[in-house]
Amino acid sequence: MTVGRTFATAGRVLTQIRHDPRTIVLLVVVPSLLIGLVAWIFTDTPIFDSIGPALIALFPFIVMFLIASITTLRERRTGTLERLLSMPLGKADFILGYTLAFGLLAILQSAVAVSFAVWVCGLTIKGSIWLLLAVALADAVLGTTLGLFASAFARSEFQVVQFMPALVFPQVLLGGIFLPRDQLPDVLHAISDWLPLSHAIDALRAVATNSHDAAYIGGELLIIAAFAVGAVVLGSITLQRRTP
Amino acid sequence: MMDTTEPVISIRDLRVRRGRTAVLHGLSLSVPRGQVVGLLGPSGCGKTTLMRSIVGVQDVAGGEVTVLGGPAGSSALRHKVGYVTQAESVYDDLTVRQNLAYFARVLGAPKSDVDRVLTQTDLGANSGQLVSTLSGGQRSRVSLAAALLGTPELLVLDEPTVGLDPVLRVDLWTLFHELARAGTSLLVSSHVMDEATRCDRLLLMREGEILADETPDGLLAATGARDAEDAFLTLIARHPRHAADGGDS
Repeated sequence: MTVGRTFATAGRVLTQIRHDPRTIVLLVVVPSLLIGLVAWIFTDTPIFDSIGPALIALFPFIVMFLIASITTLRERRTGTLERLLSMPLGKADFILGYTLAFGLLAILQSAVAVSFAVWVCGLTIKGSIWLLLAVALADAVLGTTLGLFASAFARSEFQVVQFMPALVFPQVLLGGIFLPRDQLPDVLHAISDWLPLSHAIDALRAVATNSHDAAYIGGELLIIAAFAVGAVVLGSITLQRRTP
Repeated sequence: MMDTTEPVISIRDLRVRRGRTAVLHGLSLSVPRGQVVGLLGPSGCGKTTLMRSIVGVQDVAGGEVTVLGGPAGSSALRHKVGYVTQAESVYDDLTVRQNLAYFARVLGAPKSDVDRVLTQTDLGANSGQLVSTLSGGQRSRVSLAAALLGTPELLVLDEPTVGLDPVLRVDLWTLFHELARAGTSLLVSSHVMDEATRCDRLLLMREGEILADETPDGLLAATGARDAEDAFLTLIARHPRHAADGGDS
């Protein structure tokens, strides 16, 4: 792995996205619109304050999962990945380059979504906004790395889009948005402890309500990071220089 | 024959399977340095698999592939071998120059290389265009340009002239010979037999086997044929395995 090649890859990915303004607009605007919609639905109830933070966790995770899995699948299918792996590019350069590029996009996306939620929709964030962004970023990195890993098991864009409901929806359902996790049946509660999105949502809630100290949030961030590292390791196994 | 320089590629008993079918079953060959060597054969005969094995991106079942003195695909070779796949493996949503600048950075090639390869492939006028807006022939030249970055010692080109207009094809063959004169070794595949006469040396391939390894003139002399197509048919008819079952399948 070299820093130069990692940055070159991240820069290349961002340049590709820059040539696609519609994607950028969708990426930045859609989360805010949806957050606004949810806030509107729950006008005059305290519900938005409790699920608002969870929504901020969902968008970077889902969106980055989708675009990472589709762009890397495209690299595998068009032969650009094969070309890069026949060149002196390390697998880590490839994965970290993507993670870096999508991480930056996620910061932009989360910053807009958080600003909109707080200043337009009136979401109360009692803790640090920076910590909130840090969790959103960790979440985006997790989505990116999982997407990269998932793309190895898809032969087509159709399949990779199906991984979204398969890998992402259970985490959303069990993450405590619909029902607080401690009220879930015991088995489901135990399972939800092992899903990374649950920890992201817990951490964002803790920041929003300022109910825990920074050490707790740091711990949750570490858990998310551990899952991301796991996905990177599994993902790099799927990046084979030699293929059948 | 005297052998002052060691071959740029030498392959011994290469076996490759794809699923249950054997694509290459014990293939051996050697490619001399500084020449344009044509790998000719019908589509589906294993040319791409052979080239992928040489570049080191093919899972092989057995045998030995030595490229520039090292095992194929070893990390030292990744700077020295340029590879152009049949599909243009470049980014559609980048401009020509952005594509080349990225690959140059990955290779650690000097920045000036980008302009050099743009000139060599006659893409200077299109350098600011998105690859998705280019014609098929232009796209395949971008792919070729990327392989020329960093001046590799060996170029492996999989059907680089397919679908190009005749003038461009002649230009590319001229470029290949210029590169060879400057010391680069080239292995160029094609399923168009006319291109045989443009090579310094020919490898004729069919069903995963090398039928001939000759100069174009030597091939015609050995088979008594008028052109490469004819020579190919003669060789197939002479081959024991194909002759036995009537020359087909």
